[in-house]
Amino acid sequence: MRSYLPDFDLQVPDSLGEALALLTQELGQYRPFAGGTDLMVLLNAGLLPAARFLDLSRCQELRGIQETSTHLSFGALTTFTEVRDCKAVHQHFPNLVKSARLTGALAIQNRGTLGGNIANASPAADTPPSLLAYGTEVELISLRGTRRVAYEAFHQGYKKMDLAPDELLQRIIIPKPLGRTFHFYRKVGTRQAQAISKICLAACARIENGTVAEFRIGLGSVAPVPARARNAEAVILGKPLEALPIEEAQLALLADISPIDDIRSSAHYRRVVSQKVLGQMLRELSQSSF
Amino acid sequence: MADLALTLNVNGKSHTVRVHPLARLLDILREELKLTGTKEGCGEGECGACSILMNGQVVNSCLIPAAQAQGAEIITVEGLAEGEKLSPLQAAFLTHNAAQCGFCTPGMLIAAQDLLNRCPNPDENQVRDGLSGNLCRCTGYVKILDAVKVAAQEGSSR
Amino acid sequence: MIGAPAIRKEGRAKVLGSTCYTDDMSAEGALHGATVRSQIPRGILKGIHFGEGIPWNEFVIVTAADIPGKNRVASIVHDQPFLVGIGEEITHPEQPVVLLAHGDRQLLVKARKAVRLEVEELPAVLDLQSSLDLTQVIYGTNNLLKEIHIRKGEPDSVWSQAAHVIEGEYRTGAQEQMYLEPNAMLAVTERGDPNAQVTVYGSLQCPYYVHGALKQLFDLPDDQVRVIALEMGGAFGGKEDYPSVIAGHAALLSWKSGKPVKLVYDREEDLVCTTKRHPSRTRIKTAFDTEGKFLALEIDFVLDGGAYATMSPVVLSRGALHSTSVYCCPNVHIHARAAATNTPPSGAFRGFGAPQSLFAMERHMDVCATQMGMDPVELRRKNFLKIGDSTATGQIIQENLDLGGLMDRVLKEIGYHDKQKAFAAHNATDDPIKRGVAFSVFMHGCGFTGSGEATMASVAGVEGLADGSVSVLAASTEMGQGKNTVFSQIVAEALKLPVDMVNTAIVDTKYVPNSGPTVGSRTTMIVGKLLEDAAYGLKQSLIQHGFLKEPYSPEAFKEAVQKAHARLGSIKSYAQFHKQPHIVWDDASYRGDAYPTFSWACYAAEIAVDTVTFEVKVEDFVAAQEVGRVVNPVLAAGQIEGGVAQGIGWGLWEDVVSNQGRMVNNQMTNYIIPTSADLPRIRVIFLENPHPAGPGGAKGIGELPMDGPAPALLNALQNALGPLRLDEVPMTPERLLTRYEEVYGG
Repeated sequence: MRSYLPDFDLQVPDSLGEALALLTQELGQYRPFAGGTDLMVLLNAGLLPAARFLDLSRCQELRGIQETSTHLSFGALTTFTEVRDCKAVHQHFPNLVKSARLTGALAIQNRGTLGGNIANASPAADTPPSLLAYGTEVELISLRGTRRVAYEAFHQGYKKMDLAPDELLQRIIIPKPLGRTFHFYRKVGTRQAQAISKICLAACARIENGTVAEFRIGLGSVAPVPARARNAEAVILGKPLEALPIEEAQLALLADISPIDDIRSSAHYRRVVSQKVLGQMLRELSQSSF
Repeated sequence: MADLALTLNVNGKSHTVRVHPLARLLDILREELKLTGTKEGCGEGECGACSILMNGQVVNSCLIPAAQAQGAEIITVEGLAEGEKLSPLQAAFLTHNAAQCGFCTPGMLIAAQDLLNRCPNPDENQVRDGLSGNLCRCTGYVKILDAVKVAAQEGSSR
Repeated sequence: MIGAPAIRKEGRAKVLGSTCYTDDMSAEGALHGATVRSQIPRGILKGIHFGEGIPWNEFVIVTAADIPGKNRVASIVHDQPFLVGIGEEITHPEQPVVLLAHGDRQLLVKARKAVRLEVEELPAVLDLQSSLDLTQVIYGTNNLLKEIHIRKGEPDSVWSQAAHVIEGEYRTGAQEQMYLEPNAMLAVTERGDPNAQVTVYGSLQCPYYVHGALKQLFDLPDDQVRVIALEMGGAFGGKEDYPSVIAGHAALLSWKSGKPVKLVYDREEDLVCTTKRHPSRTRIKTAFDTEGKFLALEIDFVLDGGAYATMSPVVLSRGALHSTSVYCCPNVHIHARAAATNTPPSGAFRGFGAPQSLFAMERHMDVCATQMGMDPVELRRKNFLKIGDSTATGQIIQENLDLGGLMDRVLKEIGYHDKQKAFAAHNATDDPIKRGVAFSVFMHGCGFTGSGEATMASVAGVEGLADGSVSVLAASTEMGQGKNTVFSQIVAEALKLPVDMVNTAIVDTKYVPNSGPTVGSRTTMIVGKLLEDAAYGLKQSLIQHGFLKEPYSPEAFKEAVQKAHARLGSIKSYAQFHKQPHIVWDDASYRGDAYPTFSWACYAAEIAVDTVTFEVKVEDFVAAQEVGRVVNPVLAAGQIEGGVAQGIGWGLWEDVVSNQGRMVNNQMTNYIIPTSADLPRIRVIFLENPHPAGPGGAKGIGELPMDGPAPALLNALQNALGPLRLDEVPMTPERLLTRYEEVYGG
């Protein structure tokens, strides 16, 4: 433990209302603390400035997966294990199951939360690409009320979010894909398990009359934030499955990403391999039987 | 910052300790309760040496702040045997040489116990997946996989 | 008992979680220690400043000025200071400068950050080439920690006449041992002439190395320093030499404070400052005749030793002596150098230089086979050492060696020939997964290099205890490899007793003799042999004194020991290593018998590489070795499986990323060792050919499995992807992509 704990504080409100009141009363003073699987790592490593945390674990309002005819709504404190174990998620969002299964190992999945994965704002997080591919919205709450934001607009820059100091991420809401859909998720990590991603690509396409009618690609670890691949998507959208312009999309992808060299990989590898993974996904899409 | 009066049930015994709310459960087990079987290998939830069962789930005790363990039921490696009698997993680890240096063993046993609790007859891939959060540097995992499979077979044949 | 799968002696405590590792020990009133490090690769220490806001008067503070004896770590070369003093040179970024101790571990964290060092920076040498180029002279006169030449025949007379001359350059990176238990020490000292006493408990491989280091540090005689090796959570060479530094630091803090001091590294500190496997560069030039038989070999082998010599001279020696692998060549010149850089010193790691040079040679064999249009199997077969052949040092092979048979056995086991055909067909399809199968053949010298064992003259013994059982007295430590069990088996076999009548004594320098360091694949073979002799001595002594008659039952033996103990008080028997007259070695010319014998092996790997991501999956692995005789088949297999796992990690993933001489991926999250999901089921085959130098015919096995995997994997990658520039480990996906693009374009 490389942090001096007396410099830190952790409040444990008993309800969401109490948590929001604390956030509002002492604006900008608290950092929300969910499963702790990221913050405790930083605390152990002595990488956090002295801080006051707000432990949300007793806010029951932030738990649970709710299903409607059109959507699945996840409380921000839904753990990766709960995502893995939920039948409706398997049925509608197979990419999300894969991304939850590949987040750390089981001990992490039992504690880490979907909301924490989003609000920690790491570009290498494993669930955001899936959430982007599924057209997710996030619901934010404060004493002022609630508002919904398209998840693709939530991350505004490296570790910058559309989240006011008095707001908490309350729910993650994903529309169930309609019609015939194609799902693809690939995490290229530093090893087969217990890995941080070097590249992550999730995609979801809706196929109508043999053409790509709706298409979203979410990317991780190749930009300062989890990002949509809008340029690549645009090349593919509306095209017939038997004639997808794969190489053109791979070229267009370069405008969607801005990879860097770091201790886990190189910009070159990230660039080339994200193009190759895109190509693999599009070949699978073109060969899918609809 | 006021300390927290933390009440835990560890291996069937209740304890109350006064600690900082961000104190790591790992340190509380090792230093306050003198249960040194649980190990620190990395302090970042990567190696699994500090694995314990908390309310029936495997967790990394180095990543659990005291405040989130309030009232929890905890099983550590010290809680696996019944007196002198080794658990089936412990016995299988012993006979199959699944413990070499032994430092990953407490966490590995906890993860394996969690796996068998959820999935009494795992195939090899399920065992590999179930133990993938526990790093071992001595065995190449072969003998550990063997031990878990044998313990599972013995468990299901009883 | 030799050959039986006896249960690990300390296994029960390990599965119960009751084993006491160093950090599990509690000592009344103990303080915690911390180390302030230099942070710059090279410079002069000008001053030490203690920042505001810390109650410094509560702290124990130790600097170089507090050292009672000599401020040098006793090692092969006494060049490394325990602490850098003011006015002295800083030579790497993790050099200890100030030691702190306090009862509150938390406050210590804050205090360490508040110490500021005033330094005058000097230009640093951060890589091997800069060191060889002498961009700065940072060590001695030529930056060399050690230089060796090995010569046989006249290679220069051959090049012009050879049918093929093939050159290659190969590199290997640093590798972290990543024992699961980070380094830890507990020191308890008493000051006061003439009864001063320094006692250290710790996680350490070599109690007498630490003992020697503490004697010199405190200027105390033998009996006033005591080292107790506790259970170790792995070591792999990583706790061979650096524990001398940590033990010294803990003892200095204890000495100054008068209290016990525990110094436990967290993972980040352990990774950033302790020793790693030496990075290497090997250049090989080979000449073959038209048939593919070796005519000449020229090897230029260079290691990056870091800032101090530590184990570099002997790591270099072992690397050089293994650099020709298992081949016979009439004309050889090996030039080996260990060069200094301003990085934390490299040190011992399983294999000790041999994995580096064997990687180069075993890769080079496949490169040569490709270039000459030959089958790598047949190229090797033509050149294998056999009985009567001589190695590069002129050592004559005395064993009835059948490397071809060993190789064929492995190739059959993995289905080499069928798979080669099937994969060639598969790899011609547009499946992005390409498959390959290949192998390496290699050896590992058992025991110390050259005259090392004779010089050290180790002693080990056995003791009959009051209860009639037998205790093993040796300074060899248990790090998980199984020495408690194997020693007990060897002694039980010699005395014809059940293994539960023999146990190993606590490794405490006050009670056990210096059986040498626990390194170099020497514990079973060298120390085990001493124990076998000592056990015979004990038996003879019991017989001579009339306590025992042959033949005897275990019960009769027990009674004999009980009676002898009651009558004599103590009954011990020791044996000492003596130079064997038929083993001849000249250290000056590097000629003669480099090792008493070798263990021999062939490893084969089947891999699948995804050409979308360049991730490599090891699908199958067969490890076959001839190790004399297997003392405990279950423990021995465990050694091989674990060593292969480390070898696979080194070959594919384990990359130390440095910046300004510092490791920057010093976390388990970012230094990638294999998980259970990354490895195949490693298949182990033992072939036995008992050797007279070891107990019951056993040879060493501990390091051997580290040598073979890396070249086998990269050879398999060549089989899958064609002749890329597969010249470096770890061959990470990033490096593999680059090399793939060199041949197939971007």
